[in-house]
Amino acid sequence: MRSEMPIIRIKNLYFSYHDNPVLEDVNLEIDNGELASIVGPNGGGKTTLLKLILGLLKPQQGTIEIFNTTPEKARRKIGYMPQQTQLDPQFPISVLDVVLTGQIDRCGKGLTGGFPKAAAGIAQAALTEVGLGDFIQKSFNRLSGGQRQRVLIARALCTEPELLLLDEPTSNIDSRSEENLYETLARLNRKMTILLVSHDIGFVSQFVKSVICVNHQVIIHPTSQINGTIIKEIYGGDFNLIRHDHRCDHAGHSHHDPLSGNRKQL
Amino acid sequence: MDFFSALTNPDSLFLRQTLLVGLFSSVTFGIIGTYVISRRISYLAGAVSHSVLGGIGGVIWLKTLFQLEWLDPLYGALLAALLSAFIIGRFGSGRKKEEIMIGATWAIGMALGIIFMDMTPGYFDITSYLFGDILLVSVRDLKLIIVLDIVIILFFYRFYHIVTAICFDEEFARLRGLKVDLFYQLLLGLTAVSVVLLIRVVGIVMVIAMLTLPAATAGLYARTLSGMMLLAVIFSAIAIVGGIALSYSANLSSGPIIIVCAGVIYFVLAAIKGDKYSL
Repeated sequence: MRSEMPIIRIKNLYFSYHDNPVLEDVNLEIDNGELASIVGPNGGGKTTLLKLILGLLKPQQGTIEIFNTTPEKARRKIGYMPQQTQLDPQFPISVLDVVLTGQIDRCGKGLTGGFPKAAAGIAQAALTEVGLGDFIQKSFNRLSGGQRQRVLIARALCTEPELLLLDEPTSNIDSRSEENLYETLARLNRKMTILLVSHDIGFVSQFVKSVICVNHQVIIHPTSQINGTIIKEIYGGDFNLIRHDHRCDHAGHSHHDPLSGNRKQL
Repeated sequence: MDFFSALTNPDSLFLRQTLLVGLFSSVTFGIIGTYVISRRISYLAGAVSHSVLGGIGGVIWLKTLFQLEWLDPLYGALLAALLSAFIIGRFGSGRKKEEIMIGATWAIGMALGIIFMDMTPGYFDITSYLFGDILLVSVRDLKLIIVLDIVIILFFYRFYHIVTAICFDEEFARLRGLKVDLFYQLLLGLTAVSVVLLIRVVGIVMVIAMLTLPAATAGLYARTLSGMMLLAVIFSAIAIVGGIALSYSANLSSGPIIIVCAGVIYFVLAAIKGDKYSL
């Protein structure tokens, strides 16, 4: 399914909360079948960019096209995993019921308002995909942070998406689970486009094909070009590069490059 | 105990009726309370409840002024509750605005109620509205509470999965195409109607406690939303029956005793359990 047709197309986008500009002149294209990561410091606009793609926020200027239509109309094709912080960690609900909400748009047609018969199977398959096949009857509020994270990924998969959006999938999990997570994502990437947000550039650069740096402006790097200079420019001077085992290209390039944002010319 | 011997006494039809009111209102307290806790709208319910006094006062004033015998304070109460729920739901989007709307409807509703009563000739004892008196609940009120129970059970049965999805993660539910705002307004309306009917039991000031404490107690043990509703109904029934029994034996006001019972149950069980589901 890997064709070079962009499924996300953002042109000259501006977004501000009240008078604070968050994103300025963003241009971005994500091709079908890609596995890409948005990185950048806290407050740089990563989650805002995801919410714009989902149509939860409206840009002040510029256009966003998802699957050649508006974000609202494209939503059903997008599986979204939000950050856990917006959820009540004590909410009484089983793992199965969390994952089933991925099929909620298909429920409630009949008199009883239940899920269609196929839904439970889809939910079970999604949980197996993230390695939690045995957790189906467990309580969501008794899981560890990392397990909850994977349940939320399963919920996103349960929507049977063509595009998977993951907001900070690596928070709450240790490095070994993180490796597992990326193996899972690489496997899923054969079936769908994946865009994830991470503050952890060291890890993502090993797995994804392109890194989208968001700090008010958007700059795209092929992963091969990620190096210390670029990281410093994204995060400011104080960033500690923890992992050194990914490829660095010492040529680098400037973030003030007029061609920034257009991957084809990199 | 004289309470139980009074219950079995064939002459105390009245006490049995009171007990029935308590048991049937537990269904509403438990189910709507679980929703109120899950959506964190207990202060919204408090504002709706207090604004009811404005509706009651307005109706009493109109009734005296134009000699409208058919006009029942219940109509004013319902109108005020639905209106304030609509105002908060419609204009209170965003946390800051919602807080302002809650504070405004809460206080303005009460103020209007007092002003109307001042303008009406004669003296009104508003204590039973403020603090409730389950002993004053009529057969008609009992019937209304039963009808409300049936509506609530049918609604939550039919839309259980949708309500669960919205309570658990509103944003995700919206992204899946659910009409989140419509359900929010519908459930606010249902909460408002419940508040009006339940005010007869525990009063304007304390209805918020019965919408939070039994459900919060249930939250200590429940593993699903439906389980939480069922447990909340049971805890609510225990508090109300216990409260009626105590108030009958000790000859004290029923409303406050019911609230204290619900509070003691919550704090004791939360302390034993470790405060897992803190408000």
